[in-house]
Amino acid sequence: MTNGINELLGSDVILVIGSNTTENHPVIGSKIRQALKLGTKLIVADPRKIELSNDADTYLQIRPGTNIALVNAMMHVILKEGLENKEFIKERTENFEKLEDAVKDFTPEKAAEICEVDPEDIRKAARLYAKAERGSIVYCMGITQHTSGTNNVMSMANLAMLCGQIGRESTGVNPLRGQNNVQGACDMGALPGTYTGYQPVIKPEVAEKFAKAWGVEELSLKAGRTVSDMLNAAAHGDIKMLYIMGENPMISDPDLTHVKHALEHTEFLVVQDIFLTETAELADVVLPAAAFAEKDGTFSNTERRVQRVRKAIDAPGLAKADWVILMELMNKLGYSKTYNNPSEIFEEIASLTPSYAGIDYARLEEKGIQWPCPNKEHPGTSYLHKGVFARGKGMFMGIDYKYPAEMPDEEYPMTLTTGRVLYQYHTRTMTGKVEGLNKKVPESYVEINPDTASKLGIGNGDKVKVSSRRGTITVKAKVSDIVEESVVFIPFHFAEGAANMLTNAALDPGCKIPEYKVCAVNLEKAV
Amino acid sequence: MVNLTINGIQFQAETGLTILQAARTQGIYIPTLCHDERLVAHGACRICVVEVKGARALMPSCSTPAAEGMVIETQSPTVVEARKEILRLMIENHPLDCLTCEKSGNCTLQNLCYEYDIKEGGFNGKKKNYPIDDSNPFFTYDPNKCILCGRCVRVDNELQCTGAINFIERGFNTHVGVAGDREFDNSVCVSCGNCVSVCPVGALMQKQPEKFRYWDIEKVRTTCSYCGVGCQMDLLVKNNKVVGVEPVDMEPNNGLLCVKGKFGYKFLNHPDRLRTPLIRKDGVLKEASWDEAMNLIASKIKDFKKESGPEAFGALSSARCTNEENYLMQKLFRAVIGTNNVDHCARL
Repeated sequence: MTNGINELLGSDVILVIGSNTTENHPVIGSKIRQALKLGTKLIVADPRKIELSNDADTYLQIRPGTNIALVNAMMHVILKEGLENKEFIKERTENFEKLEDAVKDFTPEKAAEICEVDPEDIRKAARLYAKAERGSIVYCMGITQHTSGTNNVMSMANLAMLCGQIGRESTGVNPLRGQNNVQGACDMGALPGTYTGYQPVIKPEVAEKFAKAWGVEELSLKAGRTVSDMLNAAAHGDIKMLYIMGENPMISDPDLTHVKHALEHTEFLVVQDIFLTETAELADVVLPAAAFAEKDGTFSNTERRVQRVRKAIDAPGLAKADWVILMELMNKLGYSKTYNNPSEIFEEIASLTPSYAGIDYARLEEKGIQWPCPNKEHPGTSYLHKGVFARGKGMFMGIDYKYPAEMPDEEYPMTLTTGRVLYQYHTRTMTGKVEGLNKKVPESYVEINPDTASKLGIGNGDKVKVSSRRGTITVKAKVSDIVEESVVFIPFHFAEGAANMLTNAALDPGCKIPEYKVCAVNLEKAV
Repeated sequence: MVNLTINGIQFQAETGLTILQAARTQGIYIPTLCHDERLVAHGACRICVVEVKGARALMPSCSTPAAEGMVIETQSPTVVEARKEILRLMIENHPLDCLTCEKSGNCTLQNLCYEYDIKEGGFNGKKKNYPIDDSNPFFTYDPNKCILCGRCVRVDNELQCTGAINFIERGFNTHVGVAGDREFDNSVCVSCGNCVSVCPVGALMQKQPEKFRYWDIEKVRTTCSYCGVGCQMDLLVKNNKVVGVEPVDMEPNNGLLCVKGKFGYKFLNHPDRLRTPLIRKDGVLKEASWDEAMNLIASKIKDFKKESGPEAFGALSSARCTNEENYLMQKLFRAVIGTNNVDHCARL
């Protein structure tokens, strides 16, 4: 997030797009609703009539995978009606002509056809956001999990810059991170192209700095493989050993048949987790790990706030904290550095990471600190891009709308979109073990519009066979007008009736994110 | 600034504070039941009344602005007698089952009755007799224990903004419930438990598979391990087991949690937790020692590195693990093994 969570309370317009906030980030959902009580206006764009759509001043029920068409048309309206922030564009951005070109012909009528919404609603949304004193965009995987994911994100930036809605308090672009420490994992360099704090691995001076600090002769200057690349390479025998810590690709990754094939073809698979997950069942060695309440450390939340995790209880049996296991393995491999506690690891991180440089455990004792925090006196940073962007001038991109990789056709006439529900979490490794949560949402299901259901002779609770080019699952029907007639939704949490048996592994060419949010499926009543 | 005198202590307080807030700046204790700093002042329970010199009646300190020159007594005989009367009225219609009530030790009503020596109401009036609602999988609601402070209703409507519960009926029959007097599970309730967290008595209680007394637990502050909001919470720990979770009133969650944060911790002590390393032998995963497992991994790493070089390795690090652990994972693969094939599920 460019801004702090509580800054949303000061926004006068919030655009929620591709985020089912009240279910997936419930406390932020509540903060948004608190803001509405204070007079904030809300625009919601989502293929499902999510809870927040009922609170919205303008709700756009767009077709899955049509974000760019919507945003381009909004920008068309803003430019046509002279609502853009001319001063901001002049002072703080470049490449504006490219944007003008791209949206010149993108009328609300054109977008309305693609998105299947009322063009007047697009105009309303555009005016509301552009005229806001402090406008905030909130988005999540509905923006990113597309073959156009990178372009979707850049469209968010285009829209914000066009209206000068960034770089001020309560004014910015706020992606919500779905997992407790996905921000931190990225910050820590658990990415194939960057060390901590997004320092590129391909830069010799960066590699030299880390090699010196870590006491090794040299470090690879070649960017590594992403998750999807690694699985492909494993399937082809190019990767011999995979070490998976606290992840469950056998549920979470697209096209599970392919994932299973890849993991089975990995010569040596190590899985380190708190339960014997579907992925661990395929491993050659399984290592028992401590859960969050059984160890010390830090998580970095979606607003870049680094916060303490504290040990409350002992891990069961012989299970050990992940950091201990990793350190012991390093030592066994001849790398002798040891740490007495996570605080010492954090000191090493801070010494190598400018955005974390001012943070230490003593400072975190009372409360968390939002990075960047460059020195010990620095209070941390609530909102980013004040006065100047990280790269200097904000760069507009002219972005054309592209259809998703797989569109409905005669054989697979419906569009499937996937996501999470309030009562379950990711692959259910944790929530699957909590009785009450499973009482609330015990099994997989498919949301079907009542008209579609009646055409197919499907009643609420009936078993439905859902097929895509990659597989078939059987799940219960949940007949609801939360989705439109041509769209169905399946939560991806469940191993039985796994949505990712169906999803398309087509990737965004830039960031390699799979297109979980759109694929073509066929439905029939199961006999 | 305004000049105030409370219990004979003269001091200056910021303009705009209530008497309660001003008193707290000086560490002067005034009991409260319905008060919550995050909520619009309600003035419902009146337990926080104080005597303001010159005023005709006792004033609720939570909703009375501290004005220039006020002379205030928080413990005068009139105040104490008024509080006793309020407590008698409350306890009159409250089951006296503290011996078995799970809230005992953490119940504001119990604590205040102790403080003011109230054993019973003594009015012999009508008693409430509502059915207990245990339809929700995570908590029970016993309206007979409710003292109508309204904190649950206000947290639900003002902060959580779900609007599942409200006051129903009037007068003696006033009670808190879901619209249409239905059960919790048949309402828009999202089981966040924020009402449970603020209930000062035992009306809204978490369902407890194991019993514990509040004085037996230790609180450990930590960060929630579910979504990316990073809610701050206290784990309630007894005998090496987490038995409850309470939200912390600080950024970013300001005392709110969701159903997963509040009630979703029972996986921790689940019998299926992995307790030892496992090694696949003859196609089956079998228990092994740490030495066996680590030696095997280390020898495989050495062999593959020799045969195929560092690019034959890949690591999936974890958005569930700590910063320190993610750091060590990429360090292990970059510095020790020699590849940048490190990623995690940021995209999934």
